[in-house]
Amino acid sequence: MSVDLAEDLAPLAYPEDLIRSILRNTRTIAMVGASGHWNRPSFFAMKYLQKKNYRVIPINPKEAGNTILGEMAYASLSEVPVEIDMVQCFRGPGAIPGIVEEAKTLSPLPKVLWMQLGVRNDEAGLEAEAAGMTVVMDRCPKIEYGRLGGEIGWLGVNTGVISSRRFKRI
Amino acid sequence: MSEHGFETLAIHAGAAPEPTTGARALPIYQTTSYVFEDADEAAALFNLQTFGNIYSRLTNPTVSALEERVATLEGGTAGVAVASGHAAQFIALHTLMSVGDEFIAANKLYGGSITQFSTTFAKMGLTCHFVDSSDPENFARALTPKVKAIFVESLANPGGVVTDLEPVARIAADAGVPLIVDNTLATPYLCRPFEWGADIVLHSATKFLGGHGNSVGGLIIDGGKFNWAAEPGKYPALTEPSPGYHGLRFYETFGDFGFAISCRAVGLRDLGPSLAPFNAFLIATGIETLPLRMQRQCESALEVARFLDGHPAIEWVSYAGLENDPHYDLARKYMPKGAGAVFTVGLKAGFEGGVKLVEGVEIFSHLANIGDAKSLVLHPASTTHRQLTPEQAAAAGAGPEVVRISVGLETVEDLIRDLDQALSE
Repeated sequence: MSVDLAEDLAPLAYPEDLIRSILRNTRTIAMVGASGHWNRPSFFAMKYLQKKNYRVIPINPKEAGNTILGEMAYASLSEVPVEIDMVQCFRGPGAIPGIVEEAKTLSPLPKVLWMQLGVRNDEAGLEAEAAGMTVVMDRCPKIEYGRLGGEIGWLGVNTGVISSRRFKRI
Repeated sequence: MSEHGFETLAIHAGAAPEPTTGARALPIYQTTSYVFEDADEAAALFNLQTFGNIYSRLTNPTVSALEERVATLEGGTAGVAVASGHAAQFIALHTLMSVGDEFIAANKLYGGSITQFSTTFAKMGLTCHFVDSSDPENFARALTPKVKAIFVESLANPGGVVTDLEPVARIAADAGVPLIVDNTLATPYLCRPFEWGADIVLHSATKFLGGHGNSVGGLIIDGGKFNWAAEPGKYPALTEPSPGYHGLRFYETFGDFGFAISCRAVGLRDLGPSLAPFNAFLIATGIETLPLRMQRQCESALEVARFLDGHPAIEWVSYAGLENDPHYDLARKYMPKGAGAVFTVGLKAGFEGGVKLVEGVEIFSHLANIGDAKSLVLHPASTTHRQLTPEQAAAAGAGPEVVRISVGLETVEDLIRDLDQALSE
């Protein structure tokens, strides 16, 4: 993955309720581009999401047959033997059209196609939306979970959450 | 800015009720360290791979409430609180620069900042080019390939000078360098520099944010819009693998708040000027009344400035809230709710007149601070700007005849009577 914030494109804005509803209704995530290396963002994002009770299935041809954080890695989405709620793309913008094409062939169709922080492909995103998937680009689910749950406030991050309620929930 | 109003955010941002006990006021977490769940979680925390607290030099929940509050009020993505405004400048610029790098700063700055930039920074191999900010093009003229940032104060201390932020931001953007704005005197209530193109906002929270003259503190706010990777290798602290964190890249991993995380995870880790939780508590509590204080202090400052403008002992008044002031139009544009509560006057009797005024007041306090609920006076030439050359002091608006006034929350008639008697002695 490379940082390509595509500054010439209009900035993305996702309603808090949309992100909340995705994180609440997702259970199984297929992480395309998951790394087996302990210090890559995809690895520790996967580890964090597992701790928050998501099942994360790594998709990476180089890791196929290996186990990453206790989960078998597959070479492609179509090989995953369980239902996928969300496809999370830890790949550069150029790899997104291929991922969308494959996701479209899955049955049932994944509900969400999520491109990682720094990754944006508007055209492929529109195609995924046309096929019936909800699309999020240039965001990290780990950061969004930490933001809405208040954990990331410990780093001084503006969570946008204003609440007088005692218990936070995603 | 979220859909909530400024007053709501000043009270609620960063400080939801503490979930374990239900405590509604911001708890003071007077602790150095935090117990780990297990060894694996400890390692993940040290590697910045999960969210949590390790040690209060890096994060503390009382301090982080303050950070989130100011980041929210400024419309930034994240904040880092530090021990003073000077520490904020040091950490922010240290994150952007390496030995041999340069930056450009307005010559109308707080005297302590001019000293910090021109002496201690120079000793570390960081060069500051000071330019006359009254013409924004001067920033463009001073650009070199080694320049890594442009630094200005939105409302300059001590002179009531308003910086024309929009053209300076354009020059910075064209040069591919971040515009850093010290927003101490305006506060986000009067001016939000990110809306005019700033990339980083700094504060001395000691002043109007805390508002009661009881705590020294500083803040660095990340605007989140600067593309640190636009020129490869230009900002290695953001884009290159960080050796202390096993090759983690801050911009890649944290995106639009990567700069703030780098200031914290490297700057605070290695340079160390963390903010004490008790000070963070006092400053965060002060901010709850920031909108009310700023509004009243601006109104009173205008009344006091008008009174002094017509006083026979006063040569001139430099307050951008006065209609005949050269900065009046800029103040209307950048801070329409008020031109701040700090300004300068020139005494007809020169240096002696300034000394007589600061020694003759009974309600104004003669001390080296601004932005307190108490009204304050200072003679910069004999104090805050004493370490500058006469030329630097005059350029910064702190010549021998100048007195700086910070108008507080007392009854405005009492303040006017106090100045009148001191000037008449």
